[in-house]
Amino acid sequence: METAAFDVEVFLWMTLGAAFTLFTLSFLYKDNPLYKIAEHTVVGVSAGYFLVILYYNGLRPNLLNHLFVPETWTPKFDELWYLVPLFLGMAMWTRFSRKWAWVSRYPIACYFGIATGVAIPNEMKNRVVEQINGTVLRVGFEFSQSGFLGVPQGIWDIVLVILVLASLVYFFFSKEHKGWFGGIAKVGIYTLMIGFGASFGYTVMARVSLFIQRMQYLRDWLDMI
Amino acid sequence: MTFHERMITLDRRWIFLTLAVFVIIPFFLEFDIPVTVSKEVRDIYDFIEGLEAGDYILVGIDYDPNAMAELHPMSYAIIKQCFAKKLKVITLTLSQYGAGMAEQVVRDVADSTRIYHGFEPVYGEDYVFLGYRPYYAFVILGMGRDFRIPFPQDYYGTDLDSLPMMRGIRNYDQVECVIDMNGGTVADAWVSYGNGRYNVKLAFGLTGVMAADFYPFYQSGQIFGLMGGMKGAAEYEQLVDKPGPAKEAMKMQVFAHIVIIVFIGMANIGFFLGRRSRTKAGEVL
Amino acid sequence: MKRQLPLMLVFLLGAFMIIQYFVPAQASLDAYEFILDWMIIIGIFAMALGIWSLMRVSWHKIKRRSHDWQYAALTLAGLFIMVLFGFEPIGGGLKSYLWLQFYEFVMVPVLATIFSLLAFFMASAAYRAFRARSLLAAVLLGSAMVLMFRVLPLGPLSDPINELAGWILVVPNLAAKRAILIGVGLGMVATSLKVILGIERSYLGRD
Repeated sequence: METAAFDVEVFLWMTLGAAFTLFTLSFLYKDNPLYKIAEHTVVGVSAGYFLVILYYNGLRPNLLNHLFVPETWTPKFDELWYLVPLFLGMAMWTRFSRKWAWVSRYPIACYFGIATGVAIPNEMKNRVVEQINGTVLRVGFEFSQSGFLGVPQGIWDIVLVILVLASLVYFFFSKEHKGWFGGIAKVGIYTLMIGFGASFGYTVMARVSLFIQRMQYLRDWLDMI
Repeated sequence: MTFHERMITLDRRWIFLTLAVFVIIPFFLEFDIPVTVSKEVRDIYDFIEGLEAGDYILVGIDYDPNAMAELHPMSYAIIKQCFAKKLKVITLTLSQYGAGMAEQVVRDVADSTRIYHGFEPVYGEDYVFLGYRPYYAFVILGMGRDFRIPFPQDYYGTDLDSLPMMRGIRNYDQVECVIDMNGGTVADAWVSYGNGRYNVKLAFGLTGVMAADFYPFYQSGQIFGLMGGMKGAAEYEQLVDKPGPAKEAMKMQVFAHIVIIVFIGMANIGFFLGRRSRTKAGEVL
Repeated sequence: MKRQLPLMLVFLLGAFMIIQYFVPAQASLDAYEFILDWMIIIGIFAMALGIWSLMRVSWHKIKRRSHDWQYAALTLAGLFIMVLFGFEPIGGGLKSYLWLQFYEFVMVPVLATIFSLLAFFMASAAYRAFRARSLLAAVLLGSAMVLMFRVLPLGPLSDPINELAGWILVVPNLAAKRAILIGVGLGMVATSLKVILGIERSYLGRD
């Protein structure tokens, strides 16, 4: 008996999910009230969900527990430096007041200062130095090993280095793309097109996957019937 | 309207309908798609297989429901493998709607491990879920110093030091690797701040849209493995010998790809026929 | 006070974080830990700002009876239901049954399905725009086709196509993406420097 009752409950919830799935898919025919219901409901539900997460997975463990004794909510005075981020966080909210909006510049300044300061060495290392390292040092230039089409791998490594340089030349706009420089830039743009084509090929699979997953859900729901 | 004009001016709803029908048809057909495992996927599998029971691994479930189709199967397969190897699994999410995704994966896999492998993963001893924190770049940097900076408590509000498996675990130094399933910009932050700053051994499960962009990181050794899209997920399911939704979805993928290739081919044929007839008309005129 | 002080703050904090990277002394590491902790807390307030903004916009729409205001009411209803079922004492916090069910059976289906619509629009866009009008477009199309054919079981052709796709990914694709990465990296560093030095200040808004 208990199992049957449980199944009905699961089925009803799954029916709700299936209904929302079909409401959303109805947009493929044209924009309609059912789609709008699904869209607006999910905006509100998502915001509500996130608010709860922000409190239990942010505000409470990272701030309130430092300022108050959990459960009893009596103030604690041993970690008062947590008042600084509290005030900075609250200053963000002055954005809604025309008179006091300038106060929000302080937390924004903190964020920008720290984020940019962190980014400069790390991004330089990760995106520039490591990538140059990968192009020059990581490729083995191994001529004894066979690669694509039976061509020695070392040849493909040289091709890789040339194509990276050619693509970089394409992005260099301080010199007009003419003559030999223009020729290299042309190799660069063809390389970029192959790269974008590869991204598109993957994107087809990605987008179709999302629809397949929804169909799998509807199949599971129909199986219950 | 000429034939080639018809070929290139089809109402988009016919395309929608055809694609939908061809995705649904394979649900009723019994056949199997062979999946060739690529090196970048095998590298992740081999690395985890090489770990010892009791080693720590961090699994990031950094995606929202909109990317679950591709990344959920990867998360399931990876965590299944970790539990089968009796690794200690730390999970977290840096995606705002990702907490529900992570909780679902961890709960389901723990249940199935209990049923199919006889091993009962215990929360706090064999796995933990740290939960979500905002500003992912700072969270990743914070964990490099101490997990307790961004996560003084786990998802359920338990102090980290009260969880037996987290005692003695301070930062990435005690974790063998980070496998991050990712549907957005968090992946860049993991490379820049996790690997760049703290030399974390890092591998990714990515949506198909992102996968091609991360090959430079794989080649440069900043990440040691890469699963791209549904195909990557299917490959991993095959490796852990647990065919699941991704393996099944490859059937539908085949049909959908054929439809899209045919439509692109049709439009190009129509375009060339049109151009030829325009050229001919120009010659006559 | 309103503009100069925040700019000074940006410079000081930015310079500190750069120096800290190269000089990991204990004092600077302690300060670094504090800063990371505090930024996460500020982030919580910043994120909540977005939700408050949504509530304000929806409420104004309802109050003014603007076009389709009923949907704004639905948005607010959804938000309050989640808050009600999520927060104690009415809801049970993160283990609240209804809060979890609404996530799984409202949020997940709609968010996943909205993105799944992209499959159709992408197919339609590819049909309309993906044409070999020039050699450059043909190269783009060819590369995409190889990656798409990789998914199909083509018998004896599968292996060569897989090899070709693998080569595309690790040679020309890798070269193209690497050039973009290096360009973006240099751009990020340059922009960050402009922010720290106060040359770029649009993020502070107007007076």
